[in-house]
Amino acid sequence: MTKLESKIPEGPIAEKWKNYRDKQGLVNPTNKRKLDIIVVGTGLAGASAAASFGELGFNVKVFCIQDSPRRAHSIAAQGGINAAKNYQNDGDSVYRLFYDTVKGGDYRAREANVYRLAELSTEIIDQAVAQGVPFAREYGGTLDNRSFGGALVSRTFYAKGQTGQQLLLGAYGALSKEINRGSVEMYSRREMLDLVMVDGSARGVIMRNLVTGELERYSAHTVVMATGGYGNAYFLSTNAMNSNATAAWKAYKKGAFFANPSYTQIHPTCIPVHGDYQSKLTLMSESLRNDGRIWVPKKKEDAEKIRKGEKKPTDLSEEERDYYLERRYPAFGNLVPRDVASRAAKERCDAGYGVGPTGLAVYLDFKDAIERLGRDAIETRYGNLFQMYKKIVDDDPYETPMMIYPAVHYTMGGLWVDYELQSTIPGLFVAGEANFSDHGANRLGASALMQGLADGYFVLPYTVQNFLADKINEPRLSTDAPEFEQTEKGVRERLEKLINIQGEHSVDHFHKRLGKIMWDYVGMSRNKENLEEAISMIRDLREEFWKDVRIPGDIHDVNSELEKAGRVADFLELGELMAKDALEREESSGGHFREEYQTPEGEAVRDDENYMHVSAWEYKEGEQPQMHKEHLEYKDIEVKTRSYK
Amino acid sequence: MNFTLKIWRQDGPKDKGRFEKYKVSDISADASFLEMLDILNEQLVDKFQTPVEFDHDCREGICGTCSLYINGRPHGPDEAVTACQLHMRHFKDGETITVEPWRATAFPVIKDLMVDRSAFDKIIQAGGYVSVNTGSAPDANSIPVTKKDADLAFEGAACIGCGACVAACKNASASLFVAAKISQMALLPQGKVEAKERAEAMIAKMDELGFGNCSNTYACEAECPKEISVSHIARMNREFLNAKKDSEK
Repeated sequence: MTKLESKIPEGPIAEKWKNYRDKQGLVNPTNKRKLDIIVVGTGLAGASAAASFGELGFNVKVFCIQDSPRRAHSIAAQGGINAAKNYQNDGDSVYRLFYDTVKGGDYRAREANVYRLAELSTEIIDQAVAQGVPFAREYGGTLDNRSFGGALVSRTFYAKGQTGQQLLLGAYGALSKEINRGSVEMYSRREMLDLVMVDGSARGVIMRNLVTGELERYSAHTVVMATGGYGNAYFLSTNAMNSNATAAWKAYKKGAFFANPSYTQIHPTCIPVHGDYQSKLTLMSESLRNDGRIWVPKKKEDAEKIRKGEKKPTDLSEEERDYYLERRYPAFGNLVPRDVASRAAKERCDAGYGVGPTGLAVYLDFKDAIERLGRDAIETRYGNLFQMYKKIVDDDPYETPMMIYPAVHYTMGGLWVDYELQSTIPGLFVAGEANFSDHGANRLGASALMQGLADGYFVLPYTVQNFLADKINEPRLSTDAPEFEQTEKGVRERLEKLINIQGEHSVDHFHKRLGKIMWDYVGMSRNKENLEEAISMIRDLREEFWKDVRIPGDIHDVNSELEKAGRVADFLELGELMAKDALEREESSGGHFREEYQTPEGEAVRDDENYMHVSAWEYKEGEQPQMHKEHLEYKDIEVKTRSYK
Repeated sequence: MNFTLKIWRQDGPKDKGRFEKYKVSDISADASFLEMLDILNEQLVDKFQTPVEFDHDCREGICGTCSLYINGRPHGPDEAVTACQLHMRHFKDGETITVEPWRATAFPVIKDLMVDRSAFDKIIQAGGYVSVNTGSAPDANSIPVTKKDADLAFEGAACIGCGACVAACKNASASLFVAAKISQMALLPQGKVEAKERAEAMIAKMDELGFGNCSNTYACEAECPKEISVSHIARMNREFLNAKKDSEK
């Protein structure tokens, strides 16, 4: 059995990263020019890593699936980015951000990684400001902050509701600078369809050119994957349409362990589902919970009348409203972490208090904030979000409360990585949402941007260099090598197999059915019976897919149906692993809630004795995957029951 | 709702292209324009026909991928939205809707409604950034920026790079796109250091790539889904003139 080496450096937690850097291997400038790095993905993690590698002098090839690196899905992150700057003088510190993140993750993240993340958070803000990222500012010219869930301080930096966009454009600017300098070569509209292994190490990739349909080979001394999460396994999510798990899944099948696949984040504040033609869900930023209050009617009769359109929310007096988060969690109120807020919304709706035509919605109300601060102040803070809501729902949130419901948003699980962000495949590094590190069983709001940029700007430039320090005598690898030939052949055969099925149903038909199984059985609330059922249903569906999917068009052409088919085929395998992991983890932790393990009040019950570990799954061809455990130790934080009461 | 769609089909960059008519029925007024196209494509797959290719990704109006020219307007009839945020309630039941790709020399058609906008990336690569390397930044609060400048810079920075401004312009000018970036950077102390070189390089690149000139029709501002003001073009022109004055000294 492979032992999982997390490679945590020696020393007290606050000195581990420094100790690592003091002792790591470096590469001199002449040798850097001889070393090639492939970066897949141009979101926050990929773009920042590629730009930083280029600045250091390495040869970088970077790939993205979109038509431009600026469009990676990090662009859609709304609310903000955390950093332990303590500019507000409200008691924040690196330790406190570290503590909040570990607690928010329900004590299922690796301590040393999270501490490093908190430490690096401050540098990210400096870097972004230097790049010209226009964060919100106070009248005195200094940076403004707001609060996010799971924290008692204001440490979130933001640019209206477009923080991800601004940070990504900053990283895209840095990347563009390096492309102009010639250190980075950019390849857009490329999809990674396999990883090329040579002597047990990651040495290249097979890309499909999405314009010509041709397969292309690229080799390097190391491969960095920053390919995002797998939330689209659920079909409906807040992810972009093209977000997928294919690159990660191919790496898994080549030997990279997949960690905690069941840890998915269901975000509490999304615009509710309104029809079966719907293609995606839209998030309403968590920042809205700074000023919005969440409620449902106190009486079922009122909820029923509202659902039928006989009453309006504004008809209900204060006494007739149940601000259930404030009632259940007085200390954190509306700013409890996402998993807690989502479950509480589901609980109220399942109990019959939900609103909206389907009964699957709760209110997010700005009435009090508008009275207290005025409409203009609310517009300044959330204008673009209110506009987006109005355009989609055709209802004015300044006048009537927003309706929201939880939706799939983020995946904490991902490829297993050690402290250096290297997977179990030597030479394959994984960054951003694609890896499993840092967020444990639940991610706090405004921490994804922080992690993506910490990985890309400040971790990988050190750890990848440490890896490459041993490779300076390694010559460039020709893409004519048999390993490339073989891998490309496998990819081609799979594409041909897919397109030749010529069955009865479209790719979306299967994707929607998978999504429904995942949402109903592997969603916000899970139990043994349902998970077992889900596994068998997914297996059947997968078999059906491979017999009955219909893909029109040609392989050697633009063919978005073919692109989707490959991704859905992989989701049909990953979905099973997600259910399997959820079945195996007999506890409730963070985003993973097992109905069998809860208090009489419906709070999650962890089992630290048996489950304080990362579950890392190893692919076995033709067999069931094998699970390996990385035990988690907490030396600098006292492990407690997570309470926001 | 029922619609007749007149959609531009083009097999590749060298194909001449043609309009084709399709019918879709029972469309919800709450469906987005792209969801309506999804429904059409499902129908086409059912009939063993090739679906209509169009670019799209985030479907929440921020990635700038969707690029449809609907009834003669970039992103269609609603104000301040991209096509993915345009809902069918803005059309009349039974209406014939014409859908075309962006039309500009600098944005060649790839297939059907997909165009190649890499020219925008090339313009940014020419200088649309601050040349600061990772790790060399001073503390974020060491340089105060007035709220007014920060907010104005944000307005320019909000550009999503969709290309509607180019598609709307009779000269296919990229002035608003270029100005939004030049203006954002020129307004911030961090961007001022390279302001002149940036203005010259980006404008030269825009001309080189085949975008037209600005003739002040303001169509770009009217169609910009992020409502970016043409006043940024005025600021770009000032930056450019100052840069030229300096380099001629």
